[in-house]
Amino acid sequence: MSIILDHVNYIYGEDGPLAVKALDDVCLQIPDGQFVGIIGHTGSGKSTLVQHMNGLLKATGGHIYFNGEDIYDRDFPMKKLRSRVGLVFQYPEHQLFEVDVFSDVCFGPKNLGMDKKEAELKAFDALRKVGMPMELYYQSPFELSGGQKRRAAIAGVLAMAPEILILDEPTAGLDPKGREEILRQIKELQVQTGMTILLVSHSMEDVAEYVDRIVVMNKGRVMYDGAPKEVFAHYRELEEVGLAAPQVTYILHALKDRGFDVDVNATTTGEAVETVLHALGRIPEAFRP
Amino acid sequence: MGIIRTKDLVYEYVRRDEEGNVEGFTTAVDKVDLDVQPGEFIAILGHNGSGKSTLAKHINAILNPTEGSVWVDGMDTSEEEHIWDIRQRAGMVFQNPDNQIIGQVVEEDVGFGPENMGVTTKEIWERVEESLKAVGMYEYRRHSPNKLSGGQKQRVSIAGVLAMHPKCIVLDEPTAMLDPKGRREVIRAVRALNEVEGITVVLITHYMEETIHADRVFVMDSGKIAMEGTPRQIFSQVERLQELRLDVPQVTLLAHELRRKGVGLPEGILTVEELADALAGSR
Amino acid sequence: MLRDITLGQYYQTESVIHRLDPRVKLGGTLGYIISLFFFRNFLGYGVAAVFLATVIGLSHVPFRFIVKGMKAIVFLLLITVTFNLFLTPGTEVVSVWRLTITVEGLRTAVTMAIRLTMLIIGSSLMTLTTTPNNLTDGMESMMKPLKALRVPVHEVAMIMSIALRFIPILLEETDKIMKAQIARGADFETGNIVRRARALVPLLVPLFISAFRRANDLAMAMEARCYRGGEGRTKMKPLVYQRRDRLGQICILAYLAISITAGRLRL
Repeated sequence: MSIILDHVNYIYGEDGPLAVKALDDVCLQIPDGQFVGIIGHTGSGKSTLVQHMNGLLKATGGHIYFNGEDIYDRDFPMKKLRSRVGLVFQYPEHQLFEVDVFSDVCFGPKNLGMDKKEAELKAFDALRKVGMPMELYYQSPFELSGGQKRRAAIAGVLAMAPEILILDEPTAGLDPKGREEILRQIKELQVQTGMTILLVSHSMEDVAEYVDRIVVMNKGRVMYDGAPKEVFAHYRELEEVGLAAPQVTYILHALKDRGFDVDVNATTTGEAVETVLHALGRIPEAFRP
Repeated sequence: MGIIRTKDLVYEYVRRDEEGNVEGFTTAVDKVDLDVQPGEFIAILGHNGSGKSTLAKHINAILNPTEGSVWVDGMDTSEEEHIWDIRQRAGMVFQNPDNQIIGQVVEEDVGFGPENMGVTTKEIWERVEESLKAVGMYEYRRHSPNKLSGGQKQRVSIAGVLAMHPKCIVLDEPTAMLDPKGRREVIRAVRALNEVEGITVVLITHYMEETIHADRVFVMDSGKIAMEGTPRQIFSQVERLQELRLDVPQVTLLAHELRRKGVGLPEGILTVEELADALAGSR
Repeated sequence: MLRDITLGQYYQTESVIHRLDPRVKLGGTLGYIISLFFFRNFLGYGVAAVFLATVIGLSHVPFRFIVKGMKAIVFLLLITVTFNLFLTPGTEVVSVWRLTITVEGLRTAVTMAIRLTMLIIGSSLMTLTTTPNNLTDGMESMMKPLKALRVPVHEVAMIMSIALRFIPILLEETDKIMKAQIARGADFETGNIVRRARALVPLLVPLFISAFRRANDLAMAMEARCYRGGEGRTKMKPLVYQRRDRLGQICILAYLAISITAGRLRL
């Protein structure tokens, strides 16, 4: 289930005086089962990029292939693409509308033409996957807490059983605990189902721990694309475009400057602890016999 | 007496079920005592639902205490005749940048407060100019707010409050909806207000790293003040902070973990440089 | 999609027309619109067209931009013209099946098309060159006499100005919710009227909730900034007639006199 973007361009208001190049010659290949973080600040083109992947926006140039098929071919089933590439928008709780959580989650599968029973099964499954407590299934979605609302909304997309799940800033506006809970849940989902997941975020620190690969967007272009370690090695350049590497990257570089023999590639606190202990001449617990 | 003081402040609201019957009471703020001195930079930390925003709304007399009292610059907020003086003296900036800008042009929005206060036209223009300059938005004065970034919108909102010449300014999660760049802009503007203009600042947030420049930090949990102290004192209690559902900055967490592993480091490390220096010294 | 509607959206640039007092522009637009209904011949429309062209030239708003805004109402225009064309009784010109075109119908349709187009361009020119805030200020000031009749003039003006500020935000939000529901398989484009109306529920419910939340937030923010109605309020940009405004008024009066005289000549 791969997606390939081949020299994709997108220009807003193409014929107007205020034409903006929102995507500029983007080439990407997303293989099956990968967990990808797409990072960039507001206006970098990251949201525009993901809206292309399920056909909500149409590129003004270039091609997009879904499992080898060009999605801009006339006979390509666009509606089907939308169910196979699930897109969770920013602040997804703003699209909840049903009287209870469960009916809201059923909305997607019903739109796909599933019968009532099948849709309900899918909804149950999705709600379980996002960790929604059972007693909230028949509550009004508007009475849930911020984090739970967001879970309900994510379940609404998940219930369509997509093969690829794209989440646009799923943690925006949540408090730290809420952020961590959502991210963990997404990671768990990815591990359990082996689904391809694209996580759009402006926070390196948030995604560093979870993703296999980071794509950095800047001014509509792909600026870096690689494993978190490789991307964070460019922390100075990232800084210049208004993004920041995780704090540990800075700490390790500061230590390196002071003559410590640390591995600057560590991206999480746990890894940093080990390399610092190592540099201090202490054997990390993990390696003790 | 401090510029903002609360005594035994309690705020309860009635919970109702779907038919509108009373289900019970929720205590959002529970016996809070606060005493903020003029010129102080106070940060109030807490997770969503900890009561920090409810507390903030009392300072601007948007909410009235169920029990206890709140004084702003010596005036009791529950006395109707002081309400407009209090709102002028304790300005407030809210979370959503879109929902608090009234004007359709940046400068008109900043002038909204002074207009309401009946300031003369000439002085409104002076105030608008100085306020926009203070937050670094003067060159955008003729722009439409819709075209600005989140961080810029929040700076306009801050200027709007500043133009009312308040003695203190309460910011209710001003950065919650912004990206890292916007957050930095806003925090920089807030620090400038405090340091350059000497305005008392009450910053409400759930980002710990935004509080490291505060004079005092309060951590709220279930409507109560759970911790109080300088940023260093607060940051040194990593486990307690995690219990309170807060996200400890990586640098503090790393220092804490290293200490646990027996590395001789002081508690409450706040910045990258501090940690690197401390480690270099411990060798 | 919805954001493309530019009809009458403020166009920021520097020009004499932009700087004109909104009351002059409001009065002028009103006079202009009324004048369009006085004409009995095409000479009147000619004078009006010259006047309109002059004002557009002075306003520095590109003509292309104005035309682009018109796209949204072409449909409305077509309906009106079609109705007039076929439903006016009189001397027959052509008759196809049950539809008959008459001389009178032709005349009314053409007049109607010209009149409507000029009316819309003229009034959109006012909103194109006047910030909505300025416009509401102008209306508030002109409606002041109504205060004696207990019309809440200030409040009405404030509501209008807030509505105008939030329209772009709500349009953007509509766009976003629509996309989000399409991503969930919603279909806004096919099916009969009943189906389509039902398809709007997932769009309208979230939109209303959002609008209420915003209204609530905004009310709080306004109170926090000492808003307590129009009483004792001063103005940052008070309306004072300048020399150019007097000049503008004279021009408008001159236009009215010339065009109506010309437009009522029996040619």
